[in-house]
Amino acid sequence: MKKLATLAAALAVGLMSGAAHAADKLKAAWVYVGPVGDFGYSYQHDLGRKAVEKALGDKVQTTYVENVPEGPDAERAIERLARDGNKIIFTTSFGFMDPTIKVAKKYPDVKFEHATGYKRADNVATYSARFYEGRYVIGQIAGKMSKTNTVGYIVSFPIPEVVSGINAFMLGAQSVNPNIKVKIVWVNSWYDPGKEADAAKVLISQGADIMVQHTDSTAPLQVAQEKNILGFGQSSDMAKFAPKAQITAITDDWDGYYIDRVKAVLDGTWKSKDTWDGMKEGMVVLPPIANVPDDVKKMAEETAAKIKAGTLKPFGGTITKQDGTTVKDLDDGAILSMNWYVKGIDDKLPQ
Amino acid sequence: MTALALQALILTIITASTPLLLAAIGELVVERSGVLNLGVEGMMVMGAVAGFGAALTTGSPLIEHRRRCRGGALLSVLFAVLTLSLVANQVATGLALTLLGLGLSGLAGERFVGQPGVRLPKLDIPGLTDLPFVGPILFGQDLLVYVSFALVLAVGHVLFRTRLGLIIRAVGDNHGSAHALGYRVIAVRYGCVMFGGACAGLSGGYLSLAYTPQWVENMTAGRGWIALALVVFSSWLPGRVVAGAYLFGAVTILGFYVQGVGIGIPAQFLSALPYLVTIGALVVISRNRLVMRANTPACLGQPFVPDR
Repeated sequence: MKKLATLAAALAVGLMSGAAHAADKLKAAWVYVGPVGDFGYSYQHDLGRKAVEKALGDKVQTTYVENVPEGPDAERAIERLARDGNKIIFTTSFGFMDPTIKVAKKYPDVKFEHATGYKRADNVATYSARFYEGRYVIGQIAGKMSKTNTVGYIVSFPIPEVVSGINAFMLGAQSVNPNIKVKIVWVNSWYDPGKEADAAKVLISQGADIMVQHTDSTAPLQVAQEKNILGFGQSSDMAKFAPKAQITAITDDWDGYYIDRVKAVLDGTWKSKDTWDGMKEGMVVLPPIANVPDDVKKMAEETAAKIKAGTLKPFGGTITKQDGTTVKDLDDGAILSMNWYVKGIDDKLPQ
Repeated sequence: MTALALQALILTIITASTPLLLAAIGELVVERSGVLNLGVEGMMVMGAVAGFGAALTTGSPLIEHRRRCRGGALLSVLFAVLTLSLVANQVATGLALTLLGLGLSGLAGERFVGQPGVRLPKLDIPGLTDLPFVGPILFGQDLLVYVSFALVLAVGHVLFRTRLGLIIRAVGDNHGSAHALGYRVIAVRYGCVMFGGACAGLSGGYLSLAYTPQWVENMTAGRGWIALALVVFSSWLPGRVVAGAYLFGAVTILGFYVQGVGIGIPAQFLSALPYLVTIGALVVISRNRLVMRANTPACLGQPFVPDR
């Protein structure tokens, strides 16, 4: 009898071969806030998706939805993916947090992974990178390289990730140059090349000679190159677009994380958890430093090495807030909910 | 503020305003003929990809500049066939056109993603461009900036000083009478819709060749919608389109400027300011009912089906 059953099973497998094979594949999906061709944030996540395909080959089938606006549309996009039989869905922007949680409740068998958020559930894990570590290093470079002592900083939305980035940058800059000033412009968009370029031009006209951005397009760096000043790429190595302007960039490397998590679903070991890795784990990477003198390059590389080793913590030690009060050795919770500026920033934080 | 900073500010305002002006002046003609084309955004983004592609493949943004017009115009022909010949609903078709344009441009532009672009040449008259302060502002702009002003003058002249303009306005105000007089309502509207499409395409081309010389998906980022609003804002008068486009551009840039200076005005408020100012101006203008009634095309958005 047992033999017969095996035979039947073997036969069934043989008959269904093609179709069954496709159905066996684990379906994984990604939701992006911008176009995959932004050469910034979404592009970098998509490299991670491709890495999963490459590493796990026949075992997975991946899809993605790009240009998904944060808000009600996101919920529909995520739900459609869940209904389509995807077993793990990565939602990659802060504004997808509530929609992800909502859809996850309806589809308990599907695993969800939300990037840069803080709400978790049994089937919702969160992950993010310690971007601020990279920002401390570029802050130091900017502090050394600025001749006008004025940095132009283009930002998207006042969320903790962005605010802690500004603060880490400022602390890095102040560590080598106490006179450094940061001019901040909020463009209220993650991705609008035109507006980002306009903001960059305005900042340069106000004396900024270093351009920093926390928005996703290559436009600010291109403006920097046109006006012969230096700047930093965001999310992805943008050297190709502004080879004379880019010093380095804060690059996100999601490859390893994505491969691990999809593998975990395949093995049945997936569990909801929070991941927050930085330069040490290779989630935040600085591309080779260019366009600066050797001593500045050396200083930046040493700082990066110290952060990797854990001997330098950007938010370690005593930090003076904008209002004059002090805090000490911030823990992860404090960094993740940061809604204040450090001393020396003359912008008012939008609430 | 130093003179140099002021100059840079004015130059930035001009770049921010030009795409709005180009798209709006085209839509103004379309609406004057009685057609409401909400697909400006879609046509713009097609123009952006077509212009970028043409410039990249030929290496010359100038010789092949017609192609970016064609990108927008081709899409507008589709709109014209659907709404004018097949009498589809204009609002729905226009919205569909935007979605189609955004999708199609993404597909067509896939191979251009990540390619450094070709910049549109700037007018440079030795001697004049070197003049202090005004030189670069008056004589050193991208060619399309001058084209945008030439277009406004031409449109103003044709609409209000020529027989053709009279026919276009008649078709927009009362297509039944125009038809009874023997004017070919559908043909006139076809022409206007294609002109609007070409202008929107030109505007998109400005974005991908002069504003930020690169191709990325969705790079119009809603500017087509602002252009549409500006046409209403201008109460369908070409001169006011210039005022509206430059007011919007200026308020946007000044918002960034104020932030950079560090005056404690909330950034969200500054982002909303261009819209608030535009709405405010619209309210003030609309208070003059006579002007509004005199200029609003009476047949705007209405399908025309001639008796056969």
